[in-house]
Amino acid sequence: MSLLQKLLHKCRRKSPWIFHLNTGSCNGCDIELITCLSPRYDVEQIGIHLEGSPRHADILCITGPVTRNTLEAVKTVYSQVCEPKAVVALGSCPASCNVFAGSPVIEGPLSKHIPVDVYVPGCPPHPDAIIAGIAKAAQILADRSVSDKMKGELQK
Amino acid sequence: MNLTGLIHLFLFPGMLFAIPAGWFFVWGEHKAVARMQRRIGPPLLQPFYDFVKLLGKRTPSRHGIEADLLRLYPAVSVLSLIGAIAMLPVIPDGQGFSGDGVLLVALLELPSICFILAGFTSGSIFGEIGSIREAVLSVANNLVFLLAIVTVSVAKQTFSLSELAAPTFNPGHWIGVFGILLCIPAKLRLNPFSTSSAEQEIYAGPLTEYAGAPLGLWNMAHGLEWLALTGLVATLVIPAGGPWWWHAILFVVISFGEVLLLSAIAAATARFTLQRSIRFYWEWAAVLAVLAISSSLYMRYRP
Repeated sequence: MSLLQKLLHKCRRKSPWIFHLNTGSCNGCDIELITCLSPRYDVEQIGIHLEGSPRHADILCITGPVTRNTLEAVKTVYSQVCEPKAVVALGSCPASCNVFAGSPVIEGPLSKHIPVDVYVPGCPPHPDAIIAGIAKAAQILADRSVSDKMKGELQK
Repeated sequence: MNLTGLIHLFLFPGMLFAIPAGWFFVWGEHKAVARMQRRIGPPLLQPFYDFVKLLGKRTPSRHGIEADLLRLYPAVSVLSLIGAIAMLPVIPDGQGFSGDGVLLVALLELPSICFILAGFTSGSIFGEIGSIREAVLSVANNLVFLLAIVTVSVAKQTFSLSELAAPTFNPGHWIGVFGILLCIPAKLRLNPFSTSSAEQEIYAGPLTEYAGAPLGLWNMAHGLEWLALTGLVATLVIPAGGPWWWHAILFVVISFGEVLLLSAIAAATARFTLQRSIRFYWEWAAVLAVLAISSSLYMRYRP
Protein backbone atom coordinates (compact mmCIF):
# COMPACT_ATOMS: atom_id res chain seq x y z
CA MET A 1 0.00 0.00 0.00
CA SER A 2 1.52 3.27 -1.07
CA LEU A 3 2.10 6.21 1.22
CA LEU A 4 -0.37 8.29 -0.76
CA GLN A 5 -3.18 5.76 -0.26
CA LYS A 6 -2.44 5.57 3.46
CA LEU A 7 -2.60 9.36 3.66
CA LEU A 8 -5.89 9.49 1.76
CA HIS A 9 -7.33 6.75 3.99
CA LYS A 10 -6.39 8.71 7.11
CA CYS A 11 -7.71 12.02 5.74
CA ARG A 12 -11.06 10.48 4.77
CA ARG A 13 -11.41 9.09 8.29
CA LYS A 14 -10.43 12.39 9.90
CA SER A 15 -12.60 14.72 7.86
CA PRO A 16 -16.21 13.51 7.59
CA TRP A 17 -18.39 16.36 6.33
CA ILE A 18 -22.07 15.67 6.78
CA PHE A 19 -25.27 16.79 5.11
CA HIS A 20 -28.53 16.50 7.01
CA LEU A 21 -31.75 15.51 5.23
CA ASN A 22 -35.15 15.33 6.91
CA THR A 23 -37.55 12.93 5.20
CA GLY A 24 -40.65 13.64 7.27
CA SER A 25 -39.14 13.27 10.73
CA CYS A 26 -40.97 14.58 13.82
CA ASN A 27 -37.84 16.77 14.44
CA GLY A 28 -36.77 14.76 17.48
CA CYS A 29 -33.73 13.25 15.72
CA ASP A 30 -32.98 16.58 13.99
CA ILE A 31 -32.74 18.33 17.34
CA GLU A 32 -30.43 15.60 18.64
CA LEU A 33 -28.20 15.93 15.55
CA ILE A 34 -27.98 19.71 16.02
CA THR A 35 -27.13 19.08 19.70
CA CYS A 36 -24.02 17.21 18.52
CA LEU A 37 -22.78 20.46 16.94
CA SER A 38 -23.24 22.42 20.17
CA PRO A 39 -20.29 23.28 22.45
CA ARG A 40 -21.16 20.42 24.84
CA TYR A 41 -20.38 17.69 22.28
CA ASP A 42 -17.96 19.59 20.01
CA VAL A 43 -17.84 17.29 16.97
CA GLU A 44 -15.25 19.55 15.32
CA GLN A 45 -12.67 17.70 17.43
CA ILE A 46 -12.99 14.67 15.15
CA GLY A 47 -13.34 16.76 12.00
CA ILE A 48 -17.12 16.48 11.62
CA HIS A 49 -18.53 19.52 9.87
CA LEU A 50 -22.15 20.19 8.91
CA GLU A 51 -22.17 21.35 5.30
CA GLY A 52 -24.79 23.49 3.58
CA SER A 53 -24.52 21.77 0.19
CA PRO A 54 -24.74 18.00 -0.49
CA ARG A 55 -21.95 18.46 -3.09
CA HIS A 56 -19.49 19.20 -0.25
CA ALA A 57 -20.56 16.31 1.96
CA ASP A 58 -19.14 12.81 2.45
CA ILE A 59 -21.82 11.43 4.73
CA LEU A 60 -25.57 11.80 4.29
CA CYS A 61 -27.43 11.80 7.63
CA ILE A 62 -31.10 10.96 7.06
CA THR A 63 -33.87 11.28 9.62
CA GLY A 64 -37.56 10.40 9.19
CA PRO A 65 -39.55 7.48 7.77
CA VAL A 66 -39.35 8.63 4.06
CA THR A 67 -42.75 10.05 3.20
CA ARG A 68 -44.12 9.95 -0.33
CA ASN A 69 -43.40 13.67 -0.80
CA THR A 70 -39.73 13.35 0.17
CA LEU A 71 -38.84 10.18 -1.74
CA GLU A 72 -37.65 11.97 -4.89
CA ALA A 73 -35.67 14.43 -2.75
CA VAL A 74 -33.89 11.53 -1.03
CA LYS A 75 -32.87 10.03 -4.38
CA THR A 76 -31.80 13.42 -5.80
CA VAL A 77 -29.74 14.42 -2.78
CA TYR A 78 -28.13 10.96 -2.62
CA SER A 79 -27.06 11.33 -6.25
CA GLN A 80 -25.71 14.83 -5.55
CA VAL A 81 -23.27 13.63 -2.88
CA CYS A 82 -19.99 12.83 -4.65
CA GLU A 83 -18.22 9.47 -4.33
CA PRO A 84 -16.90 8.09 -2.02
CA LYS A 85 -19.95 8.55 0.21
CA ALA A 86 -21.77 6.87 3.08
CA VAL A 87 -25.30 7.04 4.48
CA VAL A 88 -26.22 7.15 8.16
CA ALA A 89 -29.88 6.48 9.10
CA LEU A 90 -30.59 8.41 12.29
CA GLY A 91 -33.34 7.10 14.58
CA SER A 92 -35.81 4.27 14.34
CA CYS A 93 -37.89 5.85 11.55
CA PRO A 94 -35.54 5.33 8.56
CA ALA A 95 -34.71 1.84 9.86
CA SER A 96 -38.22 0.47 10.40
CA CYS A 97 -40.71 3.35 9.87
CA ASN A 98 -41.30 3.15 13.65
CA VAL A 99 -44.90 4.06 14.64
CA PHE A 100 -45.63 5.19 11.07
CA ALA A 101 -45.25 1.66 9.64
CA GLY A 102 -48.23 0.66 7.53
CA SER A 103 -49.28 4.20 6.69
CA PRO A 104 -50.25 4.64 3.01
CA VAL A 105 -48.14 7.82 2.70
CA ILE A 106 -44.92 6.24 4.02
CA GLU A 107 -42.46 4.85 1.46
CA GLY A 108 -39.85 3.64 3.99
CA PRO A 109 -37.79 1.99 5.25
CA LEU A 110 -34.91 3.93 3.76
CA SER A 111 -32.92 0.85 2.66
CA LYS A 112 -35.61 0.09 0.02
CA HIS A 113 -34.45 3.15 -1.93
CA ILE A 114 -30.75 3.84 -1.20
CA PRO A 115 -27.97 1.75 0.40
CA VAL A 116 -27.58 2.50 4.12
CA ASP A 117 -24.20 1.99 5.82
CA VAL A 118 -24.88 2.72 9.48
CA TYR A 119 -28.09 2.61 11.51
CA VAL A 120 -28.26 4.64 14.72
CA PRO A 121 -31.39 3.30 16.47
CA GLY A 122 -33.34 5.23 19.08
CA CYS A 123 -36.37 7.47 19.26
CA PRO A 124 -34.54 9.79 19.29
CA PRO A 125 -30.94 8.47 19.52
CA HIS A 126 -28.56 9.99 22.06
CA PRO A 127 -26.06 12.55 20.63
CA ASP A 128 -23.17 10.30 21.72
CA ALA A 129 -24.67 7.46 19.66
CA ILE A 130 -25.05 9.80 16.64
CA ILE A 131 -21.39 10.88 16.89
CA ALA A 132 -20.31 7.22 17.19
CA GLY A 133 -22.44 6.40 14.13
CA ILE A 134 -20.89 9.17 12.04
CA ALA A 135 -17.37 8.13 13.13
CA LYS A 136 -18.20 4.54 12.13
CA ALA A 137 -19.49 5.76 8.76
CA ALA A 138 -16.25 7.73 8.25
CA GLN A 139 -14.28 4.53 8.86
CA ILE A 140 -16.46 2.60 6.38
CA LEU A 141 -16.02 5.44 3.86
CA ALA A 142 -12.24 5.33 4.21
CA ASP A 143 -12.08 1.52 4.04
CA ARG A 144 -14.32 1.38 0.96
CA SER A 145 -11.63 2.91 -1.23
CA VAL A 146 -8.97 0.34 -0.24
CA SER A 147 -8.88 -3.42 -0.88
CA ASP A 148 -9.26 -6.11 1.83
CA LYS A 149 -5.52 -6.79 1.78
CA MET A 150 -4.81 -3.12 2.43
CA LYS A 151 -7.37 -3.09 5.25
CA GLY A 152 -5.39 -5.87 6.94
CA GLU A 153 -2.20 -3.84 6.60
CA LEU A 154 -3.88 -0.77 8.09
CA GLN A 155 -5.22 -2.72 11.05
CA LYS A 156 -1.71 -3.96 11.86
CA MET B 1 13.30 38.68 -12.16
CA ASN B 2 16.41 37.77 -10.20
CA LEU B 3 17.13 34.98 -7.70
CA THR B 4 15.74 36.98 -4.76
CA GLY B 5 12.50 37.42 -6.66
CA LEU B 6 12.21 33.66 -7.22
CA ILE B 7 12.92 33.03 -3.53
CA HIS B 8 10.16 35.50 -2.60
CA LEU B 9 7.72 33.85 -5.01
CA PHE B 10 8.43 30.19 -4.26
CA LEU B 11 9.96 30.02 -0.76
CA PHE B 12 9.31 32.91 1.61
CA PRO B 13 6.79 34.53 1.84
CA GLY B 14 5.55 32.83 -1.35
CA MET B 15 4.29 29.35 -2.13
CA LEU B 16 6.26 27.07 0.21
CA PHE B 17 5.55 29.24 3.25
CA ALA B 18 2.17 30.67 2.27
CA ILE B 19 0.21 27.42 1.74
CA PRO B 20 0.99 25.81 5.15
CA ALA B 21 0.70 29.23 6.81
CA GLY B 22 -2.73 29.71 5.19
CA TRP B 23 -3.87 26.34 6.59
CA PHE B 24 -2.43 27.30 9.98
CA PHE B 25 -4.40 30.56 9.93
CA VAL B 26 -7.63 28.74 8.99
CA TRP B 27 -6.98 26.37 11.91
CA GLY B 28 -6.34 29.41 14.14
CA GLU B 29 -9.69 30.88 13.06
CA HIS B 30 -11.59 27.67 13.92
CA LYS B 31 -9.65 27.13 17.14
CA ALA B 32 -10.24 30.70 18.33
CA VAL B 33 -13.99 30.42 17.65
CA ALA B 34 -14.02 27.03 19.46
CA ARG B 35 -12.21 28.46 22.49
CA MET B 36 -14.63 31.39 22.56
CA GLN B 37 -17.45 28.82 22.82
CA ARG B 38 -15.54 26.81 25.47
CA ARG B 39 -14.93 23.96 23.04
CA ILE B 40 -11.65 22.20 22.30
CA GLY B 41 -11.86 22.69 18.56
CA PRO B 42 -10.22 20.98 15.56
CA PRO B 43 -6.76 19.35 15.55
CA LEU B 44 -3.84 21.33 14.09
CA LEU B 45 -3.78 19.35 10.84
CA GLN B 46 -7.54 19.61 10.17
CA PRO B 47 -7.28 21.98 7.15
CA PHE B 48 -4.64 19.64 5.64
CA TYR B 49 -6.88 16.57 6.19
CA ASP B 50 -9.80 18.42 4.58
CA PHE B 51 -7.69 19.42 1.57
CA VAL B 52 -6.30 15.93 0.91
CA LYS B 53 -9.74 14.38 1.36
CA LEU B 54 -11.24 16.82 -1.15
CA LEU B 55 -8.46 16.00 -3.65
CA GLY B 56 -9.47 12.34 -3.38
CA LYS B 57 -13.17 12.93 -4.06
CA ARG B 58 -14.80 12.52 -7.43
CA THR B 59 -16.36 15.63 -8.94
CA PRO B 60 -19.66 15.80 -10.83
CA SER B 61 -19.10 15.36 -14.57
CA ARG B 62 -19.66 18.62 -16.41
CA HIS B 63 -18.90 19.53 -19.99
CA GLY B 64 -18.33 22.65 -22.04
CA ILE B 65 -17.01 26.07 -21.22
CA GLU B 66 -18.73 26.24 -17.82
CA ALA B 67 -16.83 23.20 -16.59
CA ASP B 68 -13.51 24.78 -17.59
CA LEU B 69 -14.44 28.12 -16.05
CA LEU B 70 -15.51 26.52 -12.78
CA ARG B 71 -12.11 24.81 -12.57
CA LEU B 72 -10.27 27.97 -13.64
CA TYR B 73 -11.67 30.39 -11.01
CA PRO B 74 -10.22 28.74 -7.87
CA ALA B 75 -6.86 28.20 -9.61
CA VAL B 76 -6.68 31.88 -10.62
CA SER B 77 -7.60 32.88 -7.06
CA VAL B 78 -4.84 30.75 -5.53
CA LEU B 79 -2.21 31.97 -8.01
CA SER B 80 -3.11 35.66 -7.64
CA LEU B 81 -3.01 35.38 -3.86
CA ILE B 82 0.38 33.66 -3.91
CA GLY B 83 1.56 36.53 -6.13
CA ALA B 84 0.12 39.08 -3.69
CA ILE B 85 1.79 37.40 -0.70
CA ALA B 86 5.12 37.19 -2.53
CA MET B 87 4.91 40.95 -3.12
CA LEU B 88 4.54 41.78 0.58
CA PRO B 89 7.78 43.44 1.73
CA VAL B 90 8.36 41.02 4.62
CA ILE B 91 12.10 41.01 4.05
CA PRO B 92 12.99 44.65 3.40
CA ASP B 93 15.82 44.17 0.91
CA GLY B 94 14.38 46.53 -1.70
CA GLN B 95 14.81 44.06 -4.55
CA GLY B 96 13.35 40.87 -5.97
CA PHE B 97 9.67 40.33 -6.77
CA SER B 98 8.73 43.92 -6.12
CA GLY B 99 5.66 45.79 -7.19
CA ASP B 100 3.62 48.71 -6.03
CA GLY B 101 0.42 49.09 -4.03
CA VAL B 102 -1.77 49.26 -7.14
CA LEU B 103 -0.70 45.80 -8.34
CA LEU B 104 -1.17 44.41 -4.82
CA VAL B 105 -4.73 45.79 -4.62
CA ALA B 106 -5.51 44.29 -8.03
CA LEU B 107 -4.16 40.85 -7.00
CA LEU B 108 -6.13 40.98 -3.74
CA GLU B 109 -9.32 41.86 -5.60
CA LEU B 110 -9.06 39.08 -8.20
CA PRO B 111 -10.21 36.23 -5.86
CA SER B 112 -13.32 38.22 -4.92
CA ILE B 113 -14.17 38.71 -8.61
CA CYS B 114 -13.56 34.99 -9.29
CA PHE B 115 -15.82 34.13 -6.32
CA ILE B 116 -18.62 36.26 -7.77
CA LEU B 117 -18.18 34.81 -11.27
CA ALA B 118 -18.10 31.25 -9.88
CA GLY B 119 -21.54 31.71 -8.33
CA PHE B 120 -23.02 33.01 -11.59
CA THR B 121 -21.30 30.37 -13.74
CA SER B 122 -22.48 27.48 -11.56
CA GLY B 123 -26.09 28.26 -12.52
CA SER B 124 -27.31 27.45 -9.01
CA ILE B 125 -29.91 29.88 -7.68
CA PHE B 126 -28.16 29.88 -4.29
CA GLY B 127 -24.86 30.58 -6.03
CA GLU B 128 -26.38 33.53 -7.84
CA ILE B 129 -27.87 34.99 -4.64
CA GLY B 130 -24.48 34.59 -2.92
CA SER B 131 -22.70 36.23 -5.86
CA ILE B 132 -25.04 39.23 -5.85
CA ARG B 133 -24.48 39.67 -2.11
CA GLU B 134 -20.70 39.35 -2.51
CA ALA B 135 -20.70 41.86 -5.39
CA VAL B 136 -22.68 44.44 -3.42
CA LEU B 137 -20.56 43.92 -0.30
CA SER B 138 -17.39 44.17 -2.39
CA VAL B 139 -18.48 47.56 -3.77
CA ALA B 140 -19.28 48.70 -0.22
CA ASN B 141 -16.02 47.69 1.46
CA ASN B 142 -13.71 48.49 -1.46
CA LEU B 143 -14.54 52.20 -1.19
CA VAL B 144 -13.11 52.22 2.33
CA PHE B 145 -10.28 49.78 1.48
CA LEU B 146 -9.03 51.83 -1.47
CA LEU B 147 -9.31 55.11 0.45
CA ALA B 148 -7.35 53.54 3.32
CA ILE B 149 -4.59 52.34 0.94
CA VAL B 150 -4.45 55.79 -0.68
CA THR B 151 -4.29 57.40 2.79
CA VAL B 152 -1.28 55.29 3.72
CA SER B 153 0.33 56.09 0.36
CA VAL B 154 -0.28 59.83 0.66
CA ALA B 155 1.15 59.80 4.19
CA LYS B 156 4.33 58.24 2.79
CA GLN B 157 4.12 60.01 -0.58
CA THR B 158 4.77 56.78 -2.46
CA PHE B 159 3.00 53.70 -3.83
CA SER B 160 6.11 51.52 -3.58
CA LEU B 161 5.43 48.71 -1.10
CA SER B 162 8.92 48.48 0.34
CA GLU B 163 8.83 52.18 1.23
CA LEU B 164 5.27 51.94 2.59
CA ALA B 165 6.32 49.14 4.90
CA ALA B 166 8.33 51.19 7.39
CA PRO B 167 5.80 52.99 9.61
CA THR B 168 6.26 56.56 10.81
CA PHE B 169 4.52 58.64 13.42
CA ASN B 170 2.34 60.23 10.75
CA PRO B 171 -1.27 59.88 12.02
CA GLY B 172 -2.52 59.36 8.42
CA HIS B 173 -0.54 56.11 8.21
CA TRP B 174 -2.13 54.67 11.34
CA ILE B 175 -5.68 55.74 10.44
CA GLY B 176 -5.15 54.10 7.03
CA VAL B 177 -3.96 50.87 8.68
CA PHE B 178 -7.05 50.91 10.91
CA GLY B 179 -9.23 51.40 7.79
CA ILE B 180 -7.63 48.36 6.12
CA LEU B 181 -8.19 46.31 9.29
CA LEU B 182 -11.85 47.38 9.28
CA CYS B 183 -12.32 45.97 5.75
CA ILE B 184 -10.73 42.56 6.40
CA PRO B 185 -13.85 40.86 7.90
CA ALA B 186 -15.90 41.75 4.80
CA LYS B 187 -13.13 40.64 2.43
CA LEU B 188 -12.82 37.31 4.27
CA ARG B 189 -16.62 36.90 4.54
CA LEU B 190 -16.43 36.61 8.33
CA ASN B 191 -19.18 37.46 10.79
CA PRO B 192 -20.77 39.99 10.96
CA PHE B 193 -20.25 40.43 7.17
CA SER B 194 -20.88 36.81 6.15
CA THR B 195 -24.06 37.31 4.11
CA SER B 196 -22.47 36.17 0.85
CA SER B 197 -21.63 32.67 2.06
CA ALA B 198 -24.37 32.47 4.71
CA GLU B 199 -24.25 28.80 5.73
CA GLN B 200 -27.59 26.98 5.81
CA GLU B 201 -29.43 30.16 4.78
CA ILE B 202 -28.39 30.02 1.10
CA TYR B 203 -26.74 26.56 1.32
CA ALA B 204 -23.09 27.34 0.55
CA GLY B 205 -23.48 30.57 -1.48
CA PRO B 206 -21.42 30.76 -4.69
CA LEU B 207 -19.65 27.48 -3.83
CA THR B 208 -22.89 25.44 -3.63
CA GLU B 209 -22.13 23.49 -6.83
CA TYR B 210 -18.42 22.96 -6.09
CA ALA B 211 -17.05 19.58 -5.03
CA GLY B 212 -13.74 17.75 -4.77
CA ALA B 213 -10.44 19.32 -5.81
CA PRO B 214 -11.81 22.71 -6.98
CA LEU B 215 -13.53 23.11 -3.60
CA GLY B 216 -10.22 22.23 -1.93
CA LEU B 217 -8.56 24.99 -3.96
CA TRP B 218 -11.23 27.45 -2.82
CA ASN B 219 -10.52 26.50 0.80
CA MET B 220 -6.81 26.97 0.14
CA ALA B 221 -7.56 30.38 -1.41
CA HIS B 222 -9.45 31.33 1.75
CA GLY B 223 -6.38 30.49 3.86
CA LEU B 224 -4.13 32.46 1.51
CA GLU B 225 -6.57 35.40 1.67
CA TRP B 226 -6.20 35.34 5.45
CA LEU B 227 -2.42 35.46 5.12
CA ALA B 228 -2.39 38.13 2.40
CA LEU B 229 -4.73 40.57 4.18
CA THR B 230 -3.43 40.15 7.74
CA GLY B 231 0.11 40.11 6.32
CA LEU B 232 -0.52 43.42 4.53
CA VAL B 233 -1.46 45.05 7.84
CA ALA B 234 1.50 43.36 9.56
CA THR B 235 4.01 44.72 7.03
CA LEU B 236 2.57 48.22 7.50
CA VAL B 237 3.10 48.17 11.27
CA ILE B 238 6.44 46.32 11.65
CA PRO B 239 9.08 48.88 12.63
CA ALA B 240 12.00 49.40 10.25
CA GLY B 241 15.49 48.16 11.03
CA GLY B 242 16.74 44.91 12.51
CA PRO B 243 17.77 41.66 10.84
CA TRP B 244 15.56 39.90 8.23
CA TRP B 245 14.67 36.99 10.50
CA TRP B 246 13.33 39.39 13.12
CA HIS B 247 11.04 40.90 10.45
CA ALA B 248 9.88 37.41 9.44
CA ILE B 249 9.06 36.41 13.04
CA LEU B 250 7.21 39.69 13.67
CA PHE B 251 5.30 39.22 10.39
CA VAL B 252 4.00 35.79 11.45
CA VAL B 253 3.27 36.80 15.06
CA ILE B 254 1.39 40.00 14.18
CA SER B 255 -0.56 38.30 11.36
CA PHE B 256 -1.60 35.45 13.64
CA GLY B 257 -2.56 37.97 16.34
CA GLU B 258 -4.89 39.62 13.83
CA VAL B 259 -6.38 36.20 12.99
CA LEU B 260 -7.18 35.63 16.67
CA LEU B 261 -8.65 39.13 17.04
CA LEU B 262 -10.86 38.90 13.94
CA SER B 263 -11.99 35.36 14.83
CA ALA B 264 -12.95 36.51 18.32
CA ILE B 265 -15.00 39.34 16.78
CA ALA B 266 -16.58 36.85 14.35
CA ALA B 267 -17.51 34.48 17.19
CA ALA B 268 -18.97 37.30 19.28
CA THR B 269 -21.18 38.83 16.59
CA ALA B 270 -24.22 37.73 14.61
CA ARG B 271 -24.62 38.06 10.84
CA PHE B 272 -25.63 41.52 9.61
CA THR B 273 -28.18 41.85 6.84
CA LEU B 274 -26.77 43.05 3.52
CA GLN B 275 -28.33 46.49 3.97
CA ARG B 276 -26.80 46.91 7.41
CA SER B 277 -23.38 45.80 6.15
CA ILE B 278 -23.48 48.41 3.38
CA ARG B 279 -24.62 51.11 5.80
CA PHE B 280 -21.72 50.24 8.10
CA TYR B 281 -19.17 50.78 5.32
CA TRP B 282 -20.79 53.68 3.47
CA GLU B 283 -22.02 55.65 6.47
CA TRP B 284 -19.50 55.03 9.25
CA ALA B 285 -16.33 53.60 7.80
CA ALA B 286 -16.44 55.87 4.72
CA VAL B 287 -16.65 58.96 6.92
CA LEU B 288 -13.54 57.78 8.75
CA ALA B 289 -11.78 57.04 5.45
CA VAL B 290 -12.63 60.46 3.97
CA LEU B 291 -11.42 62.18 7.15
CA ALA B 292 -8.22 60.13 7.02
CA ILE B 293 -7.46 60.94 3.39
CA SER B 294 -8.29 64.63 3.93
CA SER B 295 -5.94 64.84 6.91
CA SER B 296 -3.23 63.02 4.96
CA LEU B 297 -3.63 65.40 2.00
CA TYR B 298 -3.56 68.38 4.36
CA MET B 299 -0.34 67.13 5.98
CA ARG B 300 1.13 66.61 2.50
CA TYR B 301 0.22 70.01 1.00
CA ARG B 302 -0.04 72.19 4.11
CA PRO B 303 1.38 75.65 3.61
